[in-house]
Amino acid sequence: MITEVDAGPITLVAPLDGGRKATSEALKAAIGIGFPNPNRTQGTGPRAIWCGMEQALIVGAACPDLPQAVCVDHTDAWAIVRIEGDQVEDVLARLVPIDLRSAVFKRGHTARTFIGHMNGGVTRVGANAFEVMVMRSMAGTLVHDLESAANGVAARSV
Amino acid sequence: MRVSGKGQNQNAAPVSFTFDGQSYVGRQGDTLAAALLANDVRLVGRSFKYHRPRGILTAGSEEPNALVTMGDGASQDPNIRATTLELYDGLAARSQNAWPSLKFDVMAINDMMSPFLSAGFYYKTFMWPKSFWEAVYEPIIRRAAGLGALSGKANEDIYEKAFAHCDVLVIGAGPAGIMAALTAAKAGADVILADEDSVMGGRLNAETYNVGGHVGADWAAAQIEQLKALKNVRLMPRTTVTGAYDDGTFGALERVAGSGDAPLECFWRIVAKRSILCAGALERPIAFPNNDRPGIMMASAVRAYLNRWGVAPGATVTVFANNDDAHQTAVDLIDAGVNVAAVVDSREAAKPRGEYRLINGGLVTGTKGRHGLNQITVTHAGGIEEIETDCLAMSGGWNPTVHLTCHMNGRPTWNDDLQSFVPTDGTIPGMSVAGAAAGHMSNAACLKSGAQTACVVATDLGFSPNADVPSAEDTPYQIEPLWQVDGKGRKWLDFQNDVHVKDIKLAAQENFRSVEHMKRYTTQGMATDQGKSSNVSALAVLADATGRGIPETGTTTFRPPYVPVSIGAMGAGSQGNGFAPQRLTTSHHASVDRGAPMIEAGLWYRPSYFPKQGETTWLQSCNREVDYVRNTVGICDVSTLGKIDIQGPDAAAFLDFVYCNTFSSLKENRVRYGLMLREDGHVMDDGTTARLGPNHFVMTTTTAAAGQVMTHLEWVSQALRPDLNVRFASVTEQWAQFAVAGPKSRELLNSMLDDPIDEESWPFMACGEISISGVSGRLFRISFSGEHAYEVALPARFGASLFRQLVAQAEALGGGAYGMEALNVLRIEKGFITHAEIHGRVTAFDIGFDRMVSQKKDCIGNAASRRPGLLDIQREQMIGLKPVDPNESLTAGAHLFVEGADAVAANDQGYVTSVCHSPTLGHALGLGFLKDGPNRMGEHVMLVDHVRDVRTLCEVCHPVFFDPDGGRARG
Repeated sequence: MITEVDAGPITLVAPLDGGRKATSEALKAAIGIGFPNPNRTQGTGPRAIWCGMEQALIVGAACPDLPQAVCVDHTDAWAIVRIEGDQVEDVLARLVPIDLRSAVFKRGHTARTFIGHMNGGVTRVGANAFEVMVMRSMAGTLVHDLESAANGVAARSV
Repeated sequence: MRVSGKGQNQNAAPVSFTFDGQSYVGRQGDTLAAALLANDVRLVGRSFKYHRPRGILTAGSEEPNALVTMGDGASQDPNIRATTLELYDGLAARSQNAWPSLKFDVMAINDMMSPFLSAGFYYKTFMWPKSFWEAVYEPIIRRAAGLGALSGKANEDIYEKAFAHCDVLVIGAGPAGIMAALTAAKAGADVILADEDSVMGGRLNAETYNVGGHVGADWAAAQIEQLKALKNVRLMPRTTVTGAYDDGTFGALERVAGSGDAPLECFWRIVAKRSILCAGALERPIAFPNNDRPGIMMASAVRAYLNRWGVAPGATVTVFANNDDAHQTAVDLIDAGVNVAAVVDSREAAKPRGEYRLINGGLVTGTKGRHGLNQITVTHAGGIEEIETDCLAMSGGWNPTVHLTCHMNGRPTWNDDLQSFVPTDGTIPGMSVAGAAAGHMSNAACLKSGAQTACVVATDLGFSPNADVPSAEDTPYQIEPLWQVDGKGRKWLDFQNDVHVKDIKLAAQENFRSVEHMKRYTTQGMATDQGKSSNVSALAVLADATGRGIPETGTTTFRPPYVPVSIGAMGAGSQGNGFAPQRLTTSHHASVDRGAPMIEAGLWYRPSYFPKQGETTWLQSCNREVDYVRNTVGICDVSTLGKIDIQGPDAAAFLDFVYCNTFSSLKENRVRYGLMLREDGHVMDDGTTARLGPNHFVMTTTTAAAGQVMTHLEWVSQALRPDLNVRFASVTEQWAQFAVAGPKSRELLNSMLDDPIDEESWPFMACGEISISGVSGRLFRISFSGEHAYEVALPARFGASLFRQLVAQAEALGGGAYGMEALNVLRIEKGFITHAEIHGRVTAFDIGFDRMVSQKKDCIGNAASRRPGLLDIQREQMIGLKPVDPNESLTAGAHLFVEGADAVAANDQGYVTSVCHSPTLGHALGLGFLKDGPNRMGEHVMLVDHVRDVRTLCEVCHPVFFDPDGGRARG
């Protein structure tokens, strides 16, 4: 099942030189989650998703004032869908080149990678659930690609 | 014919199919080849060059002869191997390369002409006149030669691509592969077991072997069931691993062959920590005279058809071999009640393994039967003898399937005992080889080697494996070399490409002695089977002809893919709109609603123009839209331009380093045009950058170079200037941004802004925060049209409504939306550049911007841009062009010549990059580059477009045609 995720506010946070610890602490104090390590997320409601070298997206909560970091509003920059089901790994394996096996890519793990021809992010949010995000302008292509992949998987199980 | 009581699918349901329109009945589980043989159809195709009748040679993917075409129209699929094609109800296959029919093929005349069509014939004969090759000879030759044909139509079948990851990839599910997979899986490794066949088991399904006291095929089926039950095992039947690549990555082609939404094929990329190649071995033919008649088959294939599908390929079978293994064919046939005429063994010391006539030291020296074998000639110590037989099972020994081990430039090693090449250790990182592929030729040795290899691999990966190897036959493999048999008639080596022994000798004689040269000279080893059956035999013949040994002669290069992969599978998902992602702006639907044709700009779709009722050409719409901007107000979505948020204490210093001009001096709430150079001193991109705060800038890039510039900034920051404390974020998608351009632009904006602006608060090149209906956004007073203009930006979720409202307000003022065509005209009239001009080979000097390259600071590309050659006055530099006769037109891509000079490359003076019809000035305009252009204003040059056959006399002008002092933009 593919559903759109209304993530609420999204802020890209990039700590300045030497500002990572202070930024993480300020985030923790304000919204209860710290700055995530590479390829990891923090939190499940309001959450921080690593999205590049020294960069994370603060999703689902207003970003507090972070003097040690650069903060950029990204609320309108992303299209996010949740994809869920028993064969979700098989569906994503049609589009995503990285290893998403549950023993390797666990709940809370995230990666910047390809989704088909698109550059985006993949996060495991449950045993059989992922969030996939791409640039807003490619939302239509994302849904098209996920549907084709899911159709291919479904047609094999008939 | 079927043999009662034989075959694993003996009780399977009947299946109807057609071949060349004739109806037949086969059984579920048959391949097309098995079903054809069961129906006594032996002639299945015509050969590539001589159109000789050919039959089924093998029972696997190495098949050179039995190729058929499936499907009609757009889904016509040629060169399908009948030996791997699973039979289904209603299957309709056609033979190839024969006209009017398979039995009466007109082009068989080529066979009569064969003395003239030897290897190299074309190269030597069709040389003169030179122009005849492409125009005359090649089309005729191509029509006569060849295999199946594509339909020429766009294929609409569904294909798929997918990725898989595992600890251990086991390639091939014969005895070695099954043991390897079981051992690794039981130890706890994530295992993928891939096999070409629909039923796993490899030779165990084709032989009468026993394993651990069970029938081999039953044992295999039981192990596969056991593997299926393990959660850490993925079985991939019908999947051929086609290539070995870097970092443990493998390509694999899966035949899904489903119906409905299921794809035909899936192309896998499998990434494995370790791999175990258990691909088995391929039996090779013997080159004896006329060894290509239908009915002459590989001995192993005869056993496969008999034991797996209960089919005897002939009523009276003869075996011809140089090894013990082939004798099993006679044993199996006799057990099944099939008549065996004789076993002809080239070895004097061969011993019979059953109740059959053995001819020691015998050679098959001739065959008869135009459309199917009916007699062979055997020469032995006792003389020459004719034997009536309709099937000859031949075996020249086995070649381990070393292909994948050679995909990364490895070469196999010659093994004298086996008379074949075996894999060389370590040619593919992480790959081990087991079973027959490694040269273990008995069933017991294969089982053991699979288990032992997996133990080593699993231990390396940190598991604790243990192997329990069942008992099995361990008959030694005895072979003596036999590559060719002398006698009258052609001794075929490569059945698919019609290459015979004499062709190889001719290649050697003409000094194509290297095996790679021999291959190109004769075409041996090319096309769909890639010489799987013929390569080793051909190089053995070449070795003999050149007086070298086989190891010195060596093999040709093994390249992926191991079996043909359809382009459809490799390009899966890329048909139609799947070719590239579609990036849609927030105004997309509104533009489409207004009838705007959308054109691609990179991945983006942008409106070309907005047609109005009564307009019949795009030019009418374009002229009207230009008029909006010049006289009232126009609206254009410019969200596709790259927008990069740059912040940090060193942001200004960073910009000074990446732009050739200075940004640290830019005041807050002001915008400046910037030019960016590559390290080689040529122009990379241009755009404006706004300073929103002391340490906060927003850079815009061109649509085309947005990604390139972002990558460049990251590179400069990480690799060249890590000392600068600065961060970037793409905000292209965050903001919907629209140009509001024209004399009435401010009036329009003031009808929408919460706080109105005026000349004093918002002069030319000002920027800042604004709000519209309480939504805060940004406003930039910049102009790409030369008019009093702004760009207004709101968060993307408001883009669609902002666009509709802006256009509605513009229309109320007598203006409206404008598209890319008008945008282009407006900027050409002003001499503003795009990537048509800054195409990668021009410098700031060439576009007249050299003074922007500040010499008061360093920047990327500064030093390189000072090279004398890049500042030479004779360089082609940017100019404007207009036709001397205002009714004439200009074309982009045309070249410029001195009036009267020959329009040849040596006289080339420059070229045209952009053209338009200017409704403002009433004639065509162009931008281009001309040698010493700035000093040739007013000169006449001849524009010559060889492609579109246009010649227009032009006047060289300043590139800024309209409002040269820029007063309109400043307001």
